[in-house]
Amino acid sequence: MYPSRFGYESPKTVEEAVAILDAHGGEAKVLAGGQSLVPMLKLRFAAPEMLVDINSIEGLRYHRVDADGTIRIGALCRHEDLEEDDAVAKAVPTIAAAAPLVADPIVRTRGTFVGSVCHADPQGDWAAAMTALGGHIVAQGPKGKRDIPMKDFVIGPFQNTLAFNEIAVEAVIPAPKGVRVGNYLKLERRVGDFATASVAVALDMVGDTVANAGIALAGVGGRTINANDAASGLIGKKLTAENISSVAAAVAAAAEPRTDHRGSADYKRQIVKTFVERILTGLANSSQKAA
Amino acid sequence: MTSLYDEVQAAPGEGVPTRRVTIKVNGEDRTVDVEPRLLLAHLLRQGLKLTGTHTGCDTTNCGACTILFEGRPIKSCTMLAVQADGHSIETVEGLASASELHPIQEGFKEEHGLHCGFCTPGMMLAAKALLDKNDNPTEDEVRWALSGNLCRCTGYQNIVKSVLWAAEKMRAESK
Repeated sequence: MYPSRFGYESPKTVEEAVAILDAHGGEAKVLAGGQSLVPMLKLRFAAPEMLVDINSIEGLRYHRVDADGTIRIGALCRHEDLEEDDAVAKAVPTIAAAAPLVADPIVRTRGTFVGSVCHADPQGDWAAAMTALGGHIVAQGPKGKRDIPMKDFVIGPFQNTLAFNEIAVEAVIPAPKGVRVGNYLKLERRVGDFATASVAVALDMVGDTVANAGIALAGVGGRTINANDAASGLIGKKLTAENISSVAAAVAAAAEPRTDHRGSADYKRQIVKTFVERILTGLANSSQKAA
Repeated sequence: MTSLYDEVQAAPGEGVPTRRVTIKVNGEDRTVDVEPRLLLAHLLRQGLKLTGTHTGCDTTNCGACTILFEGRPIKSCTMLAVQADGHSIETVEGLASASELHPIQEGFKEEHGLHCGFCTPGMMLAAKALLDKNDNPTEDEVRWALSGNLCRCTGYQNIVKSVLWAAEKMRAESK
C-alpha cells in the first residue's frame, strides 16, 4: 500500500508550520510520530494535499514536572520517553501505568503522546488518560496560543476541536490537590490489538479522603468516554468498599459498548465495572499501607 | 504482470516533485531523490536494493520491516523516506561483517530461531535495540521487547532462546 501524492514540508519553527497549515486552508495535515497518520495515508482514509512534518522543529521533545506540580508534555514526546521516566511515573501514576500498554514497543519509539490525544481514536489510551486527569491541550495558531480543556477537545471519533491552522504543541496536566494516585488497566487480546476495554483512573487524595476524581474509558464506545461525572461521586469521601462499588456501577453505566468480535456489550460493561473496582480497591489498599 | 512493487518505483515518474535526501545507511551516506509519499521500507528494498528489510503486513502490525533509526527500532513501512533525511539507520545488512556473523545472527542459527525466516530481520533488529540498552535481559524482558514482531512459524520459544544466547555471547565478548 502506498499513499496518494502529497506535498511535504519540514519547517524549523512552529510559526512556519502554522503558516503552511494556514496557507493550505484545511488541506494540510501535521505529521508528528506518524504511527496513526501514515497507516491512514496508506489506506487512503486520509489524502491531504500537504504534510507538515514537525519533527525538525527543535524543542518539542520534552516532558517535565514544573515546581508547582504541573506536568507538561511537548508535541514530540514519544510514548517510550514517558515509559522510561521515573519523575513522570511518580507524578502521574495513571500515565506510568498506561505507557507500557500503548500499541507495541516499536510503535512506542516513534508515536507521540500529543499526537495520540489529537488522533482521538475511541480506542486511544492517551485521550482517556488525559480526560481522567482533567488535562488540557495548548494549541498554537496564527494568533498565538490557547488552552483547550480535554472535555472540549475530543468531541467524537477521530474528532478534535483544533482549527485547521492550529498545532497542538503541548499537553498539560494540572498539579494535584494533594497526592495524586491512579492506575490504568487495559484488556487486549494481544499486544498491539485494539483494547476490548480500558479504564483510566486518576485521584487526588488528601489524607484518606478523595479531593478530586477522574475516570475515562477507551474501547467501550464510539468515542473516548468521559466518566468524570460518575467519578465525582467519590469526591469528599473515603475509598470504602461501598463507595467503590457504587462508583464502579455508575462508571459501567456511562460506558457505551457494542457487541463485536472482542466481546459482547454486556461483557465489556462488566470488564469496566471490574477494572474500576480493581483499581480503586488497589489504591485504597496502598494508601492504607502508606498511612 | 505488474506487481504492486512496480508501481512503487523508487525512481519517481517524470514531472513528479521530489526531494533530495541523504540517509546514512549502515554507516554509508546514500543520496537519493524521492517522492514524499515513498515509504522508507520501499526505498530500502526497491531503491537501495537492500531486500533484507521485509514488508509483511504493511499495516504497522508485524514488525518484519523493523530497522534501527538513530539506534531505536522503528517500523520502516510506517515512516516516509523523506523523514529519514539527515538521519542514520541500520538494517539487517549492517549486522554482519564480510567474514563474521553478528552474535544475534549466530544465536538465531544456534538456537533455531527461524523456520521460514520472513520475520527474522525485524526480530534481530528489535533484539539488537533491546541488547544495546540491556545486556542481561530476563526471558520476560525479551518477550516484551519482541512483542511488536510477529512470527507465524516458531511459536517464539526458539526466538527468545536465540536472543538470550546472543546476550550471553555479547556479555562474554565485552569482558
